[in-house]
Amino acid sequence: MTAPTDKPHLSREHMLGLLKEMIRIRRFEDKCAELYTREKIRGFLHLYDGEEAVAVGAIPVLEKRDRIVATYREHGHALVRGVPMTTVLAEMYGKQEGCSRGRGGSMHLFDRATNFYGGNAIVGGGLPMSIGLALADRMRGDDTVTACFFGEGAVAEGEFHESLNLAALWELPVLFVCENNLYAMGTALALSESETEIQRKAGCYRIASEAVDGMDVIAVEAAARRAVHAVRESRKPYFLECRTYRLRAHSMFDAQLYRDKAEVEAWRHKEPIVRFQGWLEANHMVHPEDLARIEAEVAAEIAEAVAFGEAGTWEPVEQLTRFTFAEAEG
Amino acid sequence: MPPQMTQPATTEITYRDAMREAIRDALRRDDRVFLMGEDVGRYGGCYGVSKGLLAEFGAERIRDTPLSESGFTGAGIGAAMAGMRPIVELMTVNFSLLALDQILNTAATVRHMSGNQFGVPLVIRMATGAGRQLAAQHSHSLEGWYAHIPGIKVLAPATVEDARGMLWTALQDPDPVLIFENVMLYGMTGRLAADAGPVDIASAAVRRPGRDISLITYGGSLWKTLEAAAVLAGENIDAEVIDLRSLRPLDDATIMASVARTRRAVIIDEGWRSGSLSAEIGMRIVEQVFWELDAPIGRVCSAEVPIPYARHLENAAIPQVPGIVAAAKAALGRV
Repeated sequence: MTAPTDKPHLSREHMLGLLKEMIRIRRFEDKCAELYTREKIRGFLHLYDGEEAVAVGAIPVLEKRDRIVATYREHGHALVRGVPMTTVLAEMYGKQEGCSRGRGGSMHLFDRATNFYGGNAIVGGGLPMSIGLALADRMRGDDTVTACFFGEGAVAEGEFHESLNLAALWELPVLFVCENNLYAMGTALALSESETEIQRKAGCYRIASEAVDGMDVIAVEAAARRAVHAVRESRKPYFLECRTYRLRAHSMFDAQLYRDKAEVEAWRHKEPIVRFQGWLEANHMVHPEDLARIEAEVAAEIAEAVAFGEAGTWEPVEQLTRFTFAEAEG
Repeated sequence: MPPQMTQPATTEITYRDAMREAIRDALRRDDRVFLMGEDVGRYGGCYGVSKGLLAEFGAERIRDTPLSESGFTGAGIGAAMAGMRPIVELMTVNFSLLALDQILNTAATVRHMSGNQFGVPLVIRMATGAGRQLAAQHSHSLEGWYAHIPGIKVLAPATVEDARGMLWTALQDPDPVLIFENVMLYGMTGRLAADAGPVDIASAAVRRPGRDISLITYGGSLWKTLEAAAVLAGENIDAEVIDLRSLRPLDDATIMASVARTRRAVIIDEGWRSGSLSAEIGMRIVEQVFWELDAPIGRVCSAEVPIPYARHLENAAIPQVPGIVAAAKAALGRV
């Protein structure tokens, strides 16, 4: 059922674009970690290191009109979707120029302009929302796709099962993207799930599914193209399990007592940027000057975002209770 | 004497039928509106509210759901965010606790957390209250808990007019609105104007004016309180009865004006006393019109017990007319 146009375009330009997006997320979050230690960013900060290939492989496959529901580890999703890095960082600073006016912070990035329906800090909490977004589209006959990202920890929540059942029962155009990074906070997959082949759970609800190496950005893109095409054509849900790994701690407060350093080291050799860059180099598709250019462009964008965040302003405390309810149009 | 005004034609209607008329009207007016919940379609609604609507509007708009309160409440949130105007029916407030995460953590927070980019124009209806011998897991009155939450509005229609009119107003609201329907009211009849339409959802109503004491209540307890007021009238006590109608936001102005006039207040609330809506109202009175009071504020609430099955125990657990009369007389020093 895969149309030829659904295959990744393996042009050099496309490949460099994927590499750049992954490097962009990685370097941005490295800066976030640094800003966190400098207390510019507070609260919980969940970094995406190691998982970049999922967002970078999947999100550009979506159309502008499609919708995205994300989790609290959503910086990468927001950046790839096109939420400006400036407003994302200003949000983490808590400034009113942030993409959620400083009301949401790292875990609650929202952006109406790009149909980005938010980070959600409740594990599994975004799944029912994705059902409703897709239900609205179905009832109106729109050909939109709603992509719902969640971790494998969410699979233990009742809302996961309620949502998959509703999506299949009502034939809703939802692309479920499970980012299986093997740890629900500090609890390993085998300790939290009786069935560790997450993809198989979709079958119980008669939802077509596929598992993909989430460390391989090309594999993710190819799978995402198949998945989005299937949802768009069939108007039925599709389940994509991306097998990945979180190289950093769950959050900035996590001492990682639950896993061996050796395990993390082993995964570092499989991480998506090193792997993809190495493959491009081996095939002479990327040159040192390409890498230098990418790094320079990313550094400039990050510098601009930091400057934007620093220059951002604090919302007057007099406005504290605004946006609890809609305000009359003035 | 001025000529008699022509009274608008009225019809006798049950609260249940008034609610159904409200839903039917909403479905006709706006094709973005749909009703979703457990047994709302083929069964006709757990309390018979949506009977007949499936045949009239079809299964897309009268949508039976699985027993997935959190899932379909969240689906209502998503659909509302995407431009629809869903009405979600949760069978009872007890079951709504399975959807509390979606109501509190998502519906109530999205506008604020998104910096005003997304709103959730969702209406959630549910039954509340005791009196049908359904025991503890079907009989509680938790609307006061919901009234604790910023970001949602909480309504308690007590009359057929409000049952008919509040839904449309709620559907026009850009934010989530919860409507609590007391189970004992569904079969109640009242007269409704033939042209009855939307009502305001922002203010309390003085259902019985009086000079001597303010009896403040809402929902199913309104009718017991009016009955108590009639008993008190027989003893030369002229009670004013306030129907809150909206539990969040509370209409402080109507409450305080009444208490300032009567100088005494008793709050009747089918919720439990500890940490209750009645506690909130009492405290607001103390904060705002303490110097107008001539007596301590009284409360008639449910006993601090899960609602029991046996009829005599159930009746004893929730506010009743003699208890309201006694509390009013105590506030007046007429024991």
